[in-house]
Amino acid sequence: MTKLKTETVTLNMGPHHPSTHGVFRLILTLDGETIVDVEPVVGYLHRNHEKIGEKNNWIQNTPFTDRLDYISPMNNEFAYVLAVEKLAEIDPPERAKYIRIIMVELNRIANHLIAIGFLLNELGCFFTPMFYALRWREMIVDLYEMTCGSRMMPNYFWIGGVSADLPEGFLPECKELVSALPGFLDEMEQLITENEILQMRCKNVAILPPEVATAFGCTGPLLRASGVPYDVRRAEPYSIYDRFDFDIPIGTVGDVYDRYLVRIAEARQSVRIVDQALRDLPGGETATPKKRKFTPPVGDIYHRTEAPKGELGFYLVSDGTENPYRYRIRAPSFVNLQALPYMCRGHKIADVVVVIGSIDITMGEVDR
Amino acid sequence: MQSIQGILEFVDQIFVNLSSWFSSQLASYLPEWAVTFVMMFATVLVLIVFGLASIIWINIFERKIIGRIQDRYGPNRFGPWGLLQCVADMVKLLTKEDVTPSRADRLIFNLAAVVPIVPTFMILAVLPFGRGMVATDLSIGFLYIVAVGSLGTIGIFMAGWSSNNKYSILGGMRTVAQMISYEIPMVLSVVGVLLLVGSLSMVSIVEAQGQWRLPFIVLQPLAFVLYFTAAIAEVNRAPFDLPEGESEIVAGYHIEYSGIKFAMFLLAEYINAFSICAIATTVFLGGWQGPILPSWAWFFLKAYALYFVLIWLRGTLPRLRVDQLMNFAWKTLVPLALANLMVTALVVKLVPQYSLVGAIALLAANVVIIVCIAIVKYPRWRQDKREVVLVSRTPTPQTESS
Repeated sequence: MTKLKTETVTLNMGPHHPSTHGVFRLILTLDGETIVDVEPVVGYLHRNHEKIGEKNNWIQNTPFTDRLDYISPMNNEFAYVLAVEKLAEIDPPERAKYIRIIMVELNRIANHLIAIGFLLNELGCFFTPMFYALRWREMIVDLYEMTCGSRMMPNYFWIGGVSADLPEGFLPECKELVSALPGFLDEMEQLITENEILQMRCKNVAILPPEVATAFGCTGPLLRASGVPYDVRRAEPYSIYDRFDFDIPIGTVGDVYDRYLVRIAEARQSVRIVDQALRDLPGGETATPKKRKFTPPVGDIYHRTEAPKGELGFYLVSDGTENPYRYRIRAPSFVNLQALPYMCRGHKIADVVVVIGSIDITMGEVDR
Repeated sequence: MQSIQGILEFVDQIFVNLSSWFSSQLASYLPEWAVTFVMMFATVLVLIVFGLASIIWINIFERKIIGRIQDRYGPNRFGPWGLLQCVADMVKLLTKEDVTPSRADRLIFNLAAVVPIVPTFMILAVLPFGRGMVATDLSIGFLYIVAVGSLGTIGIFMAGWSSNNKYSILGGMRTVAQMISYEIPMVLSVVGVLLLVGSLSMVSIVEAQGQWRLPFIVLQPLAFVLYFTAAIAEVNRAPFDLPEGESEIVAGYHIEYSGIKFAMFLLAEYINAFSICAIATTVFLGGWQGPILPSWAWFFLKAYALYFVLIWLRGTLPRLRVDQLMNFAWKTLVPLALANLMVTALVVKLVPQYSLVGAIALLAANVVIIVCIAIVKYPRWRQDKREVVLVSRTPTPQTESS
């Protein structure tokens, strides 16, 4: 029998494919249904973020960072504000620090819920887990609305504190939510984790060995699922993270299933942190006295934080004027995306979208 | 008492009587051959109208239930309780521009939209909707369903190939592989029932269940599960909806279709889904038989109950991958169907027909097979359990910080 003459097919996935999380293009080389090569093409959502950041003044940049990873705006603001505070050597009041931790960790829970919802969506479980996750994210977002009037673009963190104190009903509602969240996570795990089809689809798919993950510079749940216990909150404690008691969940295999498990476990740890922060929340001021004009001293600074998607860093250069001289972002989604071709090769088309879902990218952050 | 039974009998036979009244009216001023001819056409018309009309409530039923599963309301804007949503959708689809891609194979592209819908209506012809309510009681009923049902594959593959789009070719390839593979377990699982009945006619299958005084789901539970699983794959419903895999290949074979041609595919899919439920009702759930309610009411109750299961699965299960789908058909469903067939053949030979002993023996045989699967599979399910490791307060790994 003679061998059939076969060719590889080039398939253009995106830029507006339903599961590319925005405008993201993939050039797939296929051998039947099997992936031979993947070439990610980014830049469709490029909006000159870093250059505009140089034209904005230091204060204007805080709300601007909300537009990076719009799923977790509080984390972006947190990273920027901490970087500027480190540069200008400002110490925000204790109460502001605790409020920030509460907001950021709630945001991490919301982000992981959405990540899991989208992952299931891409596995073909169309929108049911997504809506379950969104229902709880909604409650977190309601708390944001209550505090600062905006659900997605809060502009809550200010250089030297937070924009307003917590409103009256916040604490009881937040406590109620935090006590109910573990129950919801249990329910979600009961419904999803043991599902036979989910296990078939996710186990041993897109394994990322720890060496490769570190070589690519991956961070966040993607790296921890590969078994590296690296978390900036623990490796280089910033703000007041050294005061809280929490664990870092790591995976054993490094496949899609581990990333899913790590995200759920991280959400549980975040619940623990919020719980402790609510318990220890001190009274007092929420911001240092505000100024209309803010100019940090000349110098440069790099500050990194653990955003839900990985290590989010801001490199800021100040030349002593009202605007930053350089405003550079190390976006976790962008760096994590590099591992995509490595993880996809040899798998099927259906796995590509699942791998994208398991990396958990936001195009707003990738393209900037 | 007599009168109540009379009313029940009248309601039960209302459609049959209507049909015979109509033919007797025709007979008064038409020759006999013409009456037969007209009646044939009338029956076909009724089936097609039923098929098309049933889309309306199936669609509403499906969207409402999916909505509830997903923690939302479902359509509720147009008409009372959103009941007219389907009309709005149809108007939208009918008035949409009908696009044929310039690089497509025009003839096949346009033909492909019509092909899948023909076999769907043809299947309705042999389904007994109630006592005496069958368009034509073919003696090879089930064989006919299998033969006609597999024609739909051709239409889908034509659509996939002629669109000249890479996504649709992938969808078409998946369809062919899937539908051909899943036809085998689907047919094999029903063969066990056919052995019990001794006939392929759909009406005799229902009547045999009356004689056993039990639906075949009790005698052949495994076969029912196998049939239903394979049939879901056969009609491309979740979790086997790979040919259209929304999140992967966008819409698969009907990616290039718009307007009424797209509606045709949807129509075929919905009627097909109803058909497999109706076939499962006939073969496994005792068809039209049931106490008190008229026979056709029982048939539709059972069929829509099964349809509810389809919706339920669609709302809750993730999709399989292409290679896993094939493995599942050839390594799980086919061997099980064969095992079921062998065991059934053996038991049918040994036990007397239509007896309690026979029923118990068949059920026991099925239970034995299911227990065997569980014994083989269970240790694997246990050992696959995986959990995350929680690292607490360990020395932090040294990284070169910037």
